[in-house]
Amino acid sequence: MSNNEILLMAHLMRRVGFGSTKDELNKYVKKGYDNQVDEILDLEPNYEVSNHMINRYQPDYESPMGSSANGATWLYRMVWSDFPFKEKISLFWHGIFATGYAKLANGYVLADQIRMFSKYGLGNYQDLLLHLSKDPAMIIWLDNCESHKGAINENYGRELLELFSMGTGNYTEKDIKEAARAFTGWTIANKDYMTAKSQRDSVWPYGRLAMHFEYKEDDHDGDEKTFLGETGKFNGEDIIEIICKQKATAKFISRHIYSFFVEDEPPVPEWPYKEPNNPEAIEALSEVYFDKGYNIKEMLRFLFKSKFFKSEKVWNKRVKSPIELVAGTLRITKEFSRPDKQQSLTNSHTQFMGQHAMNPPSVEGWHWGTEWLDSGTVVERVNFSSSKLGNVNNLGIRRIIDNIKSNISNQFTPEFLIEIVLEELGAIIVSKTTKDTLNDFVKSKIDSEKALTDDNLSEFLQLVGAMPEYQRT
Amino acid sequence: MIDKKEKSLVVIQLSGGNDAMNTLVPYTNGIYHDSRSAIHLTEDKIIDIDGSLGFHPEMGEIKKLWDQNKVAVINGIGYPVPNRSHFRSMDIWHTAESETIAADGWLGRTIREIDPKHKNVVTAVNFGRGLPRALVCKDVPVASVGDLNTYGLMPDIKGSVQRENALNYFSRMYGPNQGRDAILNTLSENGVSAMTGVDILSDANSKYSSSVEYADNPISNNLKDIAKVIFANIGTKIYYAQQGSFDTHAGELFNHAKLWKDLSDALGDFFEDLREHDKENDVTVLLFSEFGRRIEDNGSGTDHGSGGVAFVLGGSVKGGFYGELPSLELSEQVEGDMKYNNDFRGTYATLLDQWLGIDSVPILGKNYEQHNFINTGI
Repeated sequence: MSNNEILLMAHLMRRVGFGSTKDELNKYVKKGYDNQVDEILDLEPNYEVSNHMINRYQPDYESPMGSSANGATWLYRMVWSDFPFKEKISLFWHGIFATGYAKLANGYVLADQIRMFSKYGLGNYQDLLLHLSKDPAMIIWLDNCESHKGAINENYGRELLELFSMGTGNYTEKDIKEAARAFTGWTIANKDYMTAKSQRDSVWPYGRLAMHFEYKEDDHDGDEKTFLGETGKFNGEDIIEIICKQKATAKFISRHIYSFFVEDEPPVPEWPYKEPNNPEAIEALSEVYFDKGYNIKEMLRFLFKSKFFKSEKVWNKRVKSPIELVAGTLRITKEFSRPDKQQSLTNSHTQFMGQHAMNPPSVEGWHWGTEWLDSGTVVERVNFSSSKLGNVNNLGIRRIIDNIKSNISNQFTPEFLIEIVLEELGAIIVSKTTKDTLNDFVKSKIDSEKALTDDNLSEFLQLVGAMPEYQRT
Repeated sequence: MIDKKEKSLVVIQLSGGNDAMNTLVPYTNGIYHDSRSAIHLTEDKIIDIDGSLGFHPEMGEIKKLWDQNKVAVINGIGYPVPNRSHFRSMDIWHTAESETIAADGWLGRTIREIDPKHKNVVTAVNFGRGLPRALVCKDVPVASVGDLNTYGLMPDIKGSVQRENALNYFSRMYGPNQGRDAILNTLSENGVSAMTGVDILSDANSKYSSSVEYADNPISNNLKDIAKVIFANIGTKIYYAQQGSFDTHAGELFNHAKLWKDLSDALGDFFEDLREHDKENDVTVLLFSEFGRRIEDNGSGTDHGSGGVAFVLGGSVKGGFYGELPSLELSEQVEGDMKYNNDFRGTYATLLDQWLGIDSVPILGKNYEQHNFINTGI
């Protein structure tokens, strides 16, 4: 197999998951690129991290006093699943439909929402929006439970159009109000009690309760509405159907997919003013959206097999989000085999780096790309990856060191050592500057096979973890 | 007039909801004793202030500062429509926005005003890991320091020679090179300013000397680190640290006492240190919590409430009571809690306008009624 095939597979695996090790990449390349894409999209995982396992270690995993246990168990799935694609898809939708603990104070409904993303996130977009509109966490997050016949609350109507489907500039304020009218009566069962209970924010005396969607016919505004030029006695389902027909929706969702899976686009608020990086790709994805009945999976199949995705130009053209950085690193180090306390503490590192899962900064979610990076978060990111990769006691690192030692026995050169390490960590491509720097380090420290001590290798791996390329995906 | 350029603000967050009633105790009020049958503090231990109110027994050091007229106690502080969720309520205090979800924090916006071109990477320093939302603002860099003694890049590399070498390699990898794209640009810019920040702060650490001996607990360590940075004179205007958890649903008598002992002693040492370095009038400290707790106890602790107490301390503070002490009468309670009577944003506005000399209106969105706890005459 050629080096290029490995590099391309590494690119694919970084985007559909959190990166793969050398052995995994070799296995996938043997299958062939297109087969690997199809398997990822079509196969159901044969091993899933079970709730029972997580429950043993985190009895309160869905009903914590904070959102952290939820994030920690999600991270555990990302790290230990054979099939992290499902978690990646949930992460993608969580970035767009960002819903947070700060307002809900209820861990159950947030965990339910993430599960809903992994269940419906690869299906038809119309379906997904319908599930989203009935999702209790979303109903509270955007106040649809406060929207009543004759007294609408526009919040959900507005964000459905602005953040979840079309983007600003494609509808009027009147459309927002009409959409909000159509969603009146979409609420949660036993709302007053449930919200009062959340606000008390206490597991006493009855523990936490899940929430359920309820449609209240008598609170629904059944009168005629005019929405995006169409008129009728629309209910929420009709609004979603009309939204999904729009060219703007196809483009908006295509751009999100492009930004998450191909290369960083500017933050969403800038979209109306900035052309996409690759307008043809967005156009092509929009066509698939319509041709395949709004099917997300088919859009992704087209994308992963497209020239623009495979192009070297977009390799490593994304900044790892904190969750991607932490999950990817822990998949390499394999330091946790159980969802125990230490593992859940690791989750807080994503927060230190600016991404607290299920607690987004606002309804807009996080701004991705270079906005992850500031002088504070760079320290956190560099320190995390360098100290994790440099810990030779971690199972995964131990194995990498063994591989290095067994491969290098005949022909030790600094270049060869660097090559092996970068390959083992998932075929990382580095600039000439970085390579020269690593080379100088190795020359000064590890001049022969004898110098391959744990201490020296640890220091070298810390430097590798600190290099700018490790921050990219 | 105060030269506002030299002034800095230390914010200490009492996470978890500090029980205002067991902090500033209305110990002559029968309702206090009746509603706190399990966890009331007894009169013989309370540090009396004025014959009706007293500090918690472990707040001796704060009482000393009070006697020097350096402590403003802000009673009945809160905001309209209390929310008793830790997260939401803390969010409201952080963003100074009580009705909608805001993305950035009041101190983040303040830093942007102070240093719009972010020339100084250490205008604000957070002690703790991860930025509290109060300090978050787009394009505003804030250094987060767990422990100043070990703060740095690649801290696991042992040995000073090795560390210096590693940092040299780091700066080569992040330094100017060819063929860069937007991501590498940003990485390199922030990698370099991270190194600068680390340099400046490590320098502050090594230059520190003092005769004050702080205790060894997290809040003492944080305040000692803050003192080090203050004395290094590197232009830091805002410091942030946290003490907690004050979420005393159970075992309140013991836990609450320990939290206040550590904090009060640490503040005593901190102010002594400031005095020794002639900085006492240049530093103001705010202590706040996201809410107070229920008037009636639950048998071993207290549940979430509203209407709390905040403190402002410092050599430039006009000591005394501000706000009103909420009545404990049943008819004056809000769902079993103390009723707030002054908006926390009035305290923020006072600190911004009168202490830091920054117009509070753009930061807080509008004018709030201010207190007069800053001694502007010094």
